Formats: sequence, structure tokens, C-alpha cells
Amino acid sequence: MIALLLAQTIAITGGTVYPVSGPKLANASVLIRDGRIVAVGRNVPIPPDATRIDAAGKWITPGLIDGAGQLGLVEISAVPGTRDASLQGDTIAASFNVAEGINPASTVIPVTRIEGITTALAVPTGNLVSGQAVLIDLDGATIEQMLVKSPVGVVADLSESAKDAAGGSRAAVAERLRGVFRDALEYERRKTDFSRAQMQALSASARDLDALLPVLHGRVALIAYANRRSDIETALRLATEFKLKLILAGAAEGWEVAAAIAAAGVPVLVEPLSNIPGYDALGIRYGNAGIMAKAGVKVALLEPDTHKSRNLRQQAGNAVSYGMTWDQALRAVTLSPAEIFGVADRYGSLEPGKVANVVVWSGDPFEFTTGVEHVLIRGKEIPLKSRQTELLERYKKLPPTY
Amino acid sequence: MRSLSFLLLALTGACASAGGGTRPAQTPAPASTETTSVARPQYPSTYVRHPNPPVLIRNATIMTATGQEIPNGSVLFKDGRIVAVGAKVDAPSDAVVVDGTGKYVTPGLIDDHSHLGVYAAPGTDAESDGNEATNPVTAEVWAEHSFWPQDPQIPLAIAGGITTIQALPGSANLIGGRSAILKLIPARTVQEMKFPGAHYGLKMACGENPKRVYGRRGGPSTRMGNMAGYRAAFILAEAYRRRWDAWNKDHKGDPPERNLRSESLAEVLRGNMYVQNHCYRADEMAQMIDLAHEFGFKIRSFHHAVESYKIADLLAKEGTSVSVWADWWGFKEEAMDGVQQNAALNQQAGGRPIIHSDDPGGIQRLNQEAAKAMYAGQRAGIPITRDQALRWITVNPAWAIGLDSIVGTLEPGKMADVVVWSGDPFSVYSKAVQVYNDGWLAYDRSDAAHQPRTDFELGEMPAPGSDR
Repeated sequence: MIALLLAQTIAITGGTVYPVSGPKLANASVLIRDGRIVAVGRNVPIPPDATRIDAAGKWITPGLIDGAGQLGLVEISAVPGTRDASLQGDTIAASFNVAEGINPASTVIPVTRIEGITTALAVPTGNLVSGQAVLIDLDGATIEQMLVKSPVGVVADLSESAKDAAGGSRAAVAERLRGVFRDALEYERRKTDFSRAQMQALSASARDLDALLPVLHGRVALIAYANRRSDIETALRLATEFKLKLILAGAAEGWEVAAAIAAAGVPVLVEPLSNIPGYDALGIRYGNAGIMAKAGVKVALLEPDTHKSRNLRQQAGNAVSYGMTWDQALRAVTLSPAEIFGVADRYGSLEPGKVANVVVWSGDPFEFTTGVEHVLIRGKEIPLKSRQTELLERYKKLPPTY
Repeated sequence: MRSLSFLLLALTGACASAGGGTRPAQTPAPASTETTSVARPQYPSTYVRHPNPPVLIRNATIMTATGQEIPNGSVLFKDGRIVAVGAKVDAPSDAVVVDGTGKYVTPGLIDDHSHLGVYAAPGTDAESDGNEATNPVTAEVWAEHSFWPQDPQIPLAIAGGITTIQALPGSANLIGGRSAILKLIPARTVQEMKFPGAHYGLKMACGENPKRVYGRRGGPSTRMGNMAGYRAAFILAEAYRRRWDAWNKDHKGDPPERNLRSESLAEVLRGNMYVQNHCYRADEMAQMIDLAHEFGFKIRSFHHAVESYKIADLLAKEGTSVSVWADWWGFKEEAMDGVQQNAALNQQAGGRPIIHSDDPGGIQRLNQEAAKAMYAGQRAGIPITRDQALRWITVNPAWAIGLDSIVGTLEPGKMADVVVWSGDPFSVYSKAVQVYNDGWLAYDRSDAAHQPRTDFELGEMPAPGSDR
């Protein structure tokens, strides 16, 4: 609806189009009207009133989707007053939806989107159940204008970092989650008893149990962070027990159990460039994403560091170096995350009817030689400006003019 | 007196690489066999070059870091030295011939800002040995005394084409201690890795970190407090240096009392130790330059130097290099003004940019970071050449640690630190396939016998394999 505010027809013409949903199309065009893609192909009639973007010799892809980070939720990592991604004092923060913490005016957003990232997951952090992640487009004056989907999932931590919140043992992490899930279901059955105070104490607040019900009924995903193989297996076990729609995140040792993850039909969010061994993942390796993809796991690639979100394409290029095919890697930063987050009807590929998040690149998006030439978010061309480009302009010649 | 010659090596920084036979003549032994602790060996290098047959790499694109990019070229090295570089090089009969068709060859990469070994994986408190955060001035600590050679991050960096590192103390302190300049090879002890004859670096830190760490425990709590802290330390060091320089002239009477803290700072004042200064903001770097002028030393490199592009002219004039990231920013207030063209703008101003990692991940792909910074500059209209960008990760960091006459380029006579890449090292898809350190094959991507693993990694089931 917001996109309709900008009634405009844009034609990106003559480039190599990578629709992701199908094979690449040389010398093709993408026609955009009122924020949506209306046509993609070699012989698309261009209306005379269309604003033309000549993409001859360029590569055209969907906008990249980073399924991690805290875009809009963190301005300066070391300044607590600018951090809004963690709820303190509540181990089970299932009802904590980060959306109203997002700052549409964050300077991190323009820095990121002018490098071809158009959509990102804003993820709550901390605690055993961190809260609700939402998907945002990296343009919009208000939170409402930015939101793509809320919630995408409830985030739980099954990695080493969650142990303290559960009392100090991985076994307690799993058991605590089971207890909360059971309580949520019982609370649902006995809401009247609960309101009359005729129920035993519950292991989380009513509002958090309420927030878990869509997860327990499979309508909202559980995004579970787990790295050690046994923790991944615990996440899979919980998903089976409670019939959850599970998304694994992190999954550093996922390659060791790739077949089991694939058999469970569970998608995985993974950072390719992570290989430093720690006790949470001694088996961590660059080959992880490629091995899982080869085993048939649906993989989305991440750049989890908010301020480095623009390096998602470097992550993807390295995923290719370590075992993914190029096509798999492009899908893993576009259509696969859109599918995993349940928005593939609107996002992730260049097809008629989809939201016009489109990037025109000077070449292979994963290569360092390549620059971004045009970014469109919801059919609106984004000026390639950020606080950093303004700093560059100011100091390109010394001394600067203030 | 063997011990004395070691001492002289350390003090003068005379470069004597293993097997080079260039050690200076020994000075006459003192009359007495009694020595003070200062005259005894100071944790000497026990580095020895690993033997390797001569190697000829041919049919490769040779990037020399001296301005040349030779297509279908060759590099020959023998006994740890580069013998010949060019379009046509004849191989001695005993040489191993490496077919470099489609491949690229560069000097070994050098990271002048690493915390490998001092912040080792697996990253628990037990391996947290980088900040002696008990006093804002700890010039007396040496990074080599924290360095753990079994850090499993070391083989990962080797596989990324790194041959030399400066392992630095952290940035909690105003003056954090001595750096360790190391050949990056598998070893049992740090002494076996110490680059023979290298100048020590002295880690100093500006800005937010010392303030944050000491603000509520005695100070400094402000940037002006930081400045006062450096000045107080160097005032003591000036007096210390005078006392020792006077005594060293004739060794008359008892030697002055030894103070390890002032000893390091006196070495800075004598020009024997290089200041490696963590500093983000432009205005603070200008203050540090004034501090250096006040005490008569040079700052060799500003590290991180996120705002160095704002004073690139001043830094070029001062002759201070900048060791920067390609694109890190925003993690704290003094890092808010990072731009991707920082290295390129410094190059344009006539400065000496270096791409450093400060990170166990980034050190594995220093070539990629240099590529990002080069192309960001080019896209902004700053004409950075491939050779300049290669120098950002080879001979420029070699200069920052005082070794640019020994390593950092592919030239006859230089130490044979050589990397063979699967393709253009500035492509995201290229990887180091062979890494030679001092002529020794330290890593080979296609041969498990040349993929070192640390003790830490043994027994991991299943083993991650060569692509960890």
C-alpha cells in the first residue's frame, strides 16, 4: 500500500537479468509499476511514460536479503542508549517484538542499502527466548512503512550462550523450553482457570505463553540458534516433539548432521565466513554452507554483524569458494531467505507481481570489482547516498570546507 | 660473549636473518665475566629456516609489489632467498618446478596488527592474554610472553597466505607493552617464531578504551587524562635513558637500577622500538604526533586510524603510516566516521596505507580486504593501482615493523616468503594454494602433508578437514 504512494513506471532495460526463480536472461528488461514488478523478459514492451534505467552490460538481481543482524535496532554497538535489541530481566521474552524499537532514521540503513541489501531480518538477542524477529525493507519514514512481516519467528537460543539463562546446563536449556511449551499449551486449554487463579504457577508470564501459541501451532517459526552438533539435534528433537516450524540459525556444525537436517526439512541460516573453533563448535569450518546445500538443506546466507551487513555479498562469494554453486549462493541471499521467512509470494525473485526490490550491478554481485549502480526498494529508486558518502565528499580534497 | 652479541642485536635492531651470515662483528668481551641482567640474552630468537629444495614457480602472473605484474613469469628461490624473478628464469637441476598456469604469485602477506596467540582460540578466559589491564601503563609486558604457539587460529592464517605477523597487546592500556614480530610457522615455542633481528613495536592506545577500562579505577577517565599518562611515562623514561646511556659509556660504578617499564620507553626514545599506536579520531592522532615531537620519537603507524583520511596530508608529511580496515565502522563512537575509501585517500595524499586485520577471521583474507579497499577507492575516482593495493598488505606493513628491506616484495635477495594463488588475489573466488615461508612450503592446499594442525585440533571428531 505504501508503494502505491509513488505511482511510477520504471523500466530497467537491456541488462542480464537473474530472476533467481528461473534461468538468467541476457539482454532483458524488468518493468516496474507502482512498486511492483509487472514484467520480466527479453521482449517486454516499455510504455512511453516509463522512466528508463539503461542496464546494458549490467547484472540485475533481486535485492539481497540478510537474515540476521539488528538493522534499525542498533546505531552504535558500544552505546547502550542506541541499542534496542535485547530485553533485560526476562529469560523467556517470547512476547518481545522488536518492531517498535526500530529507528527508521538509523544511519546504518542507508550505508547498507546502497550496497544492494534491500531487506533484512531484525533479530532480538539475549535470553533463552529472545523475542520476535521481524523482516524490514531498508526504506521508509516510519516503522509501518518498513515492515515486511511481523513476526517472522520467535527466536530461541540453544547455543552455549543460553546456558546461563537456563541455570548452567544444556540439558536445562532444552528442559526449560519444553516446560514453557507445555505450560503454553496448558495455559491455552485453561485460560478460564488461569484468570480465576485456579492454576499452578506457570513457567513464564501469560503474555509470553500467549506469544508462543502461534509457534506451537506451526503458524510462526521458531528460529533456534544452535552450533554444536548435539544442540542442533536437540533443536530437531524439540521440533519433532512439538511439531514446530523450525528454522535453524548459526548451525556451525550443521555439516556433520546435514542429512538429518535435510530429512527434517528444516532450513538453515548460516554465516559462511566463520571457522574459528570454540567449545560451542570445534567442528566449525568454511565448508559448512556448501556441504549442507549439497545435502539438500535449504540454506540462507548471513552477515550477522549489523554494521557489516553490506558484506553479505562477500559472504556469498566465499560460500562459492568453499563449495556452493554460484546459483545456490545467489538463491541463498534472495529467494531462499524469502521462502524461509514466509514472504516468497512477495519477495526474493524477479517475477511479475513481486515487490520491486531490484539491484543493478556493474557485474557479478559477489565480486569486489563490482559496484552497485541502482537500488530500487518497493519500486522507488534509492539515492546512492549515506553519511559515509557525505564524509567522503567532504574530505576528498584537504583541507575540507565545513 | 655470545650473550652480548644477542643484546646488541636486540638493541640496534640489526637485521640478521637466519642463514644470511650478515651478523655484525662481535664487540670485545667485557673484562669481567660478571654481567648484569640487562647484558644477558633477552629472550632471543631460536628461529631456524626449515630446509626446502630450490623452487621454481613458472607460467604464473607474478605480482612483485615493486610496481611490476609479469604475465607468464617465474620466481626462483633457494635456501630461503629469492634468486630470480622475471619473464624467463632457468631452474637449477635440483629445483622443484611448480606449474603456475592460471595462478598468481605474490609476496607473503604481512599483518601488522594481529592478536593471534595472545587472544587464542577457543577464546575462553584461559586464553585471554592480550591486555595486562592492571595499570594504564604496562610498557614492561611483552606480547611474546603471552603468545601460545598452539593457537588453532595460526594454521588458518597461514592458509590465507600470511607469512609474518606483529602480535600486539590489546588496547586497554595507554601503553600496552611490546609487540612480537613473528614468522607465522608451526612451532613449539614462540622463540622459534621470533623474526631474527626485528625491532620490537610498542603498543599505545588513544581514546575510548583506556578511558573505559580505567575511568572508575584510578583513571585516566578522560582524553586529557590519557595524554597526561603518556607524558608522565615518557618523562620518567627520559631520565632513565640518560642514566643508562651515561653508565653504558664507561660502565663505571654500579649500573643504574633496572626498570622494565622505562627500559621499553627508553628504547622508543633511542629509536630502536617502533610505536604502534591504536588511535581512531583525526584530532587525537594530531595530539599524538605532538606528543611524539615533545619527546623526540616517531610514531611508526597509527592503527585502526578510522578517521585518518581527514588528516591524510598531515600524516603523509609526518611520515607515519596508517594501518586500517577496509570497511569496519560503527561499533563505537570513535569508529562512527569510517569510510571505505580510507586507505585510498591516504594513498592519494602520499601516505603509506596498510590493511590490517585485528581479527582472526580477517587475517585469513587480507587479500580480500585490500581488494575491497582498492575498488572502493577506484569507484570513487581515486586511481589506486593493483601494485599499490598489494603493497598495503605486503611491503607497507613490512615497513611498519621495520622489515621492508628483508620481506614484502618479490626481489632477488629478499627472504623467500611467497604465496601462490589459485587466481587473481583480488578476486573473492581466489585462495592461497601454496605458502612458502623463508623458502619452506608451510602450506599446500592440495597436500594434507603440508596442512599444519595444532595440538589443540587433535582428537576432534570428525575433523573439519583442510577447508576449516
